[in-house]
Amino acid sequence: MPRLYELSASELIDKIKRQEATAEEYIASIIERTRRVEGKVNAYITTTFEEALRKAREIDDRIKREERVGRLAGVAVAIKDNICTLGVRTTCASKMLENFIPPYDATVVERLKKEDAVIIGKTNMDEFAMGSTTETSYFGPTRNPWDLTKVPGGSSGGSAAALIADEATLALGSDTGGSVRCPASYCSVIGLKPTYGLVSRYGLISYANSLEQIGPMAKSTIDCALLLSVISGHDPRDSTSVSMQPVGYTNHLVNNIGGLKVGVIKEFFGEGIEDTVKKHVWRAIHLLENLGATYDEVSLPSLEYALAAYYIIAMSEASSNLARFDGLRYGFRVEYDDADWPKIFAKNRQIGFGAEVKRRIMLGTYALSAGYYEQYYLKALKIRTIIRREIERVLKEFDVLVGPTMPLPPFNLGERIRDPLTLYMCDILTVPANLTGYPAISIPCGFEGKLPIGLQMMGRPFDEASLLKTSFTLERSTDFTRKRTEL
Amino acid sequence: MSRRRITKKDVEHIAWLAHIELTEDEKEIFVEQFNKILEFFRKIDKVDTEGVPPTHHVLDLTNVFREDEVIESLPEEEVLKNAPKRENGFFKSPRIV
Repeated sequence: MPRLYELSASELIDKIKRQEATAEEYIASIIERTRRVEGKVNAYITTTFEEALRKAREIDDRIKREERVGRLAGVAVAIKDNICTLGVRTTCASKMLENFIPPYDATVVERLKKEDAVIIGKTNMDEFAMGSTTETSYFGPTRNPWDLTKVPGGSSGGSAAALIADEATLALGSDTGGSVRCPASYCSVIGLKPTYGLVSRYGLISYANSLEQIGPMAKSTIDCALLLSVISGHDPRDSTSVSMQPVGYTNHLVNNIGGLKVGVIKEFFGEGIEDTVKKHVWRAIHLLENLGATYDEVSLPSLEYALAAYYIIAMSEASSNLARFDGLRYGFRVEYDDADWPKIFAKNRQIGFGAEVKRRIMLGTYALSAGYYEQYYLKALKIRTIIRREIERVLKEFDVLVGPTMPLPPFNLGERIRDPLTLYMCDILTVPANLTGYPAISIPCGFEGKLPIGLQMMGRPFDEASLLKTSFTLERSTDFTRKRTEL
Repeated sequence: MSRRRITKKDVEHIAWLAHIELTEDEKEIFVEQFNKILEFFRKIDKVDTEGVPPTHHVLDLTNVFREDEVIESLPEEEVLKNAPKRENGFFKSPRIV
């Protein structure tokens, strides 16, 4: 019999509602598990065990009294630490926000609480979500639960690692250039970047606002669909959130992809993509074919420029978004006051920010500065248009576009962190979805030795249902999502 | 198009614009890294973007309006709670002029 912390959200909710298990004993089992493995993994920056147990008992009481409980009754959710939680420290894994306690909940957190989810903790990440390995965290790196010498991916590495180490049942990440999909791939969980505008960004501490979305992460497609159903939908507090009817994504999970047209992106199998990755991804594509889909290869030549355009835009937006961190209203501030404002402002930022954050703010400042704006920023925005038109055209012909999520399997901690450009190259396959705003998912598609490989699928705007249906069908025919680490 | 290398003076100027103080060591490292990264960025020079409009934002939204209604905002104590220095209901700033 599986232990409570091993169960999926949908299994747990049933058990808790039918009173076969209490929310309290399940949360206690998650806490016990976390205490046992967290020293190795370092998935959390802050845990909220006391409040989680209190909330679990409250849910149990309501069930005993036969009162209505929400769609996520009792389920432990880990929240990436760049998403504001009322009264719970939210650091962005930065010294700058080491002691920041938000006076409000992000909309997604409000929605989770409304459905009686239990917040179990705030997860580790690259500082201000800038990175692909969770190594730039001020609180030390998260380690990959499959192999503690490897990176878990990033920037939502804590969320992915917490899931696969059974330290949480559901998790939220954020994805600016692949930050949900990359760690999902490296930790063998499912991670979805929703269409831009589907999920409210209110309360997400901004890095690059035109690119980022909060995304659901889970150990099964059903759980991922359930979490997306809860967090998506219009929010008047985010002017870029789109008005549309709520979608019940779990209703779309049929084990049938007959007639699905799959486009295999040629450039996603080109130079720089390791053969082991290609091998597993092609196996998944052939499996899709056996399950009733048809596929064709398709070329998207403008993708060659996607990574450069992405980094120019992301850094430019970062330089503007992170200008708010001045140490005045919140954030790190030096003790002394005997210098003028610009001097103290610059000192707060020198000490409060880590190297990668400084690098991106400064390069963004440069790309936006007089004389370079047209050469870098404006040019990148025009290339964004070209890439978007190209993918839009191809998605008239295909239902989903597929390829690997990452160009290589999880690599060693410390291996790439000293050379920023080598690290940026890891995002080469994930940034197109952010530039275009289109939805994309990473799902487990194999193991090279004990290291997971992820399959990426990109879909039409607001057609998350097709991605989830395809993921569900693949999951039914493989056992990758049922594998757990030896922690 | 400018193809000249970034110098230490450039890094100092950018740091000043971005309000970030740097140590001498940081300046040296950034000079080298910025040149490498900008060289990579310059691959976009090759793309013909004549007549292509920029995409600032992927949604077709322009202005999103709402009724100008007064809603409750956070109490003063909550707003000031995270301020490193405060006095009499204000954020306390260092000398500005």
